[in-house]
Amino acid sequence: MTSLIQVLKTPLALRSAHIIKRSLASTTNPTPSSTPTPQLDKQGPSTGYCFELTPEQREVQELARKFAREEIIPVAAHHDRTGEYPWELIKRAHSLGLMNGHIDAEFGGMGLSNFEGCLIAEELSYGCTGIGTAIEANGLGQSPVILAGNKDQKKKYLGRMVEEPLMCAYGVTEPGAGSDVANIKTKAEKKGDHYVLNGQKMWITNGGHANWYFVLARTNPDPKAPAHKALTGFIVDRDTPGVTPGRKEINMGQRASDTRGITFEDVLVPKENVLLGEGAGFKIAMGAFDQTRPPVAAGAVGLAQRAYDEALKYSLERKTFGVPIFKHQAVAFMLADMAIGIETSRLAWMRASWEVDQGRRNTYYASIAKALAGDVANKCATDAVQIFGGNGFNSEYPVEKLMRDAKIYQIYEGTAQIQRVIISRELVSRFTE
Amino acid sequence: MSLRILVGCKRVIDYAVKIRVKPDKSGVITEGVKHSMNPFDEIAIEEAVRMKEKKIAKEIVAFSCGPTQCQETLRTALAMGADRGIHVEVSGPEYETLQPLHISKMLAKLAKDEQIDLIIVGKQAIDDDCNQTAQMTAALLGWPQATSASKIEAKDGSLQVVREIDGGLETIKVKLPSVVSADLRLNEPRYATLPNIMKAKKKPIKKLAPKDLGIDVSPRIQVVTVEEPPVRQAGAKVENVDAVVEKLKALGHA
Repeated sequence: MTSLIQVLKTPLALRSAHIIKRSLASTTNPTPSSTPTPQLDKQGPSTGYCFELTPEQREVQELARKFAREEIIPVAAHHDRTGEYPWELIKRAHSLGLMNGHIDAEFGGMGLSNFEGCLIAEELSYGCTGIGTAIEANGLGQSPVILAGNKDQKKKYLGRMVEEPLMCAYGVTEPGAGSDVANIKTKAEKKGDHYVLNGQKMWITNGGHANWYFVLARTNPDPKAPAHKALTGFIVDRDTPGVTPGRKEINMGQRASDTRGITFEDVLVPKENVLLGEGAGFKIAMGAFDQTRPPVAAGAVGLAQRAYDEALKYSLERKTFGVPIFKHQAVAFMLADMAIGIETSRLAWMRASWEVDQGRRNTYYASIAKALAGDVANKCATDAVQIFGGNGFNSEYPVEKLMRDAKIYQIYEGTAQIQRVIISRELVSRFTE
Repeated sequence: MSLRILVGCKRVIDYAVKIRVKPDKSGVITEGVKHSMNPFDEIAIEEAVRMKEKKIAKEIVAFSCGPTQCQETLRTALAMGADRGIHVEVSGPEYETLQPLHISKMLAKLAKDEQIDLIIVGKQAIDDDCNQTAQMTAALLGWPQATSASKIEAKDGSLQVVREIDGGLETIKVKLPSVVSADLRLNEPRYATLPNIMKAKKKPIKKLAPKDLGIDVSPRIQVVTVEEPPVRQAGAKVENVDAVVEKLKALGHA
């Protein structure tokens, strides 16, 4: 029986040097069933809970999984060590259609659902969250344009993303304002047919490589003006004079991803590049998160799954006191807790993503998914290092990178604390309904 | 040249899965187990697609025989570049006892019905390792065959094929129409890109029953028992050559 597999492992060993077995508990493991899978209707609600993927969703997942295992994993450690931006992988992912899935068919994209986008995000993150974030950050930058752009803006700025592998970035955070978006200081003054942009953004993913930025700036100088009237969203071309990306920041983890400060000095933005209109910026920026938090949660689950798979495999090989360490309940229980976290956080992102695909406001579910997945990812990565013991602390083994990469999931895309603020606000609004 | 190529795609248990025998020893556990296209058949499809890109072929028909899930295997073939699919549905106990001869008969009948110029299949399936289908199909059709192909070149109505044989490499010329079986080093199959996966949804898959092709798939064999290979016994170390000979004599091997 094993000889069958042995002989034929060689051809595909060329393509897949790393075969990591998924846990039996994993629900995204495609299991062909003899009963036809109900098609998830994008237009209206489905006829009941369904925990199975459609054949199309499975194919999308398979493609992303194959790409992650065969192309991302072999080079992830190199990009982590050097911080080199993964251009080759981005071009490959682009040619395979794994990027820019959310762009409508009308503008040359594939019009994938949020759910399918999340499936891709989870699989890519399994390979490397740094590289996954570099690829996925396009989604965040594009989100405001997809949500609020007019036809010309969409054609100009989304169309080009499909034609060649270009990157974009979401520029909201500033050195002095992260969670407190309403307090941003970047100014935009109307002068004739243009706005003059002045200010500084920080921690902008893809900042150094973006072709264009979504920038949130203050158009109403009145300090008493509320956020949802004072801020405006702009699309800013990278090559506009006055746009200066800073140096690439050296971070704890996800080091393949490019994070920078951006300085805007008297940058002229044409009025055609305003999204919706003056004062609409805050709502757009926040609305984007409902689309992007599920894929970020999915990414965190991908990391957690990777940590778990590595730890499980190791625990069945490493022996102490005469037995594989898995036989010690302390270790087995750690893995069981990891499985509990992974299964539940996966269901959480799936619910959040499904809600937004149904056309409903998913803020409550998106925040739950992101908060839970971030915490689960950190716990799984830390426990994985623990299970590897001394080896886990060492860079020759894959888990220390996972622990460094996991931390940011509790910070970006809305900190763990902000998610809880959002959830508690939703709770109280439901109570008072 | 504008050939119409028929490619056989078998749905098998994925190569990375650990195979387990059913407790009742009637077969191998397939329920809930990951399946995919036979790797050698992926190589066959890739070769056909490359021939179409070089304008040697004009149409690629993918064929699969088995239960409903074979449609997924066909969708993969379509996503890689096949134009249409044919699914001959066989399931249940009849599927368990399906043999290469049944498949060969189906391929032969389809080759005639669909006016096929070239049949490419994988050299063997990774579940039964038979290495029979290509040969039997060629015999049924009276067509020349080139098995274990590691290179195919089309030249004026015939194919020059390099075959991997025990002694090395053999180059032969076969006239078309013919049957070729793909070996490992023929090519490296492409990924199906996401846009192609989406396009594949619109490509047609024709569904047939074996009796539509006039083929009887009732079993000719009966599976008596399926067992795991015996567990490897521990070896023993000895001091010198004489001790080895002693041991061999004692075990009755010398």
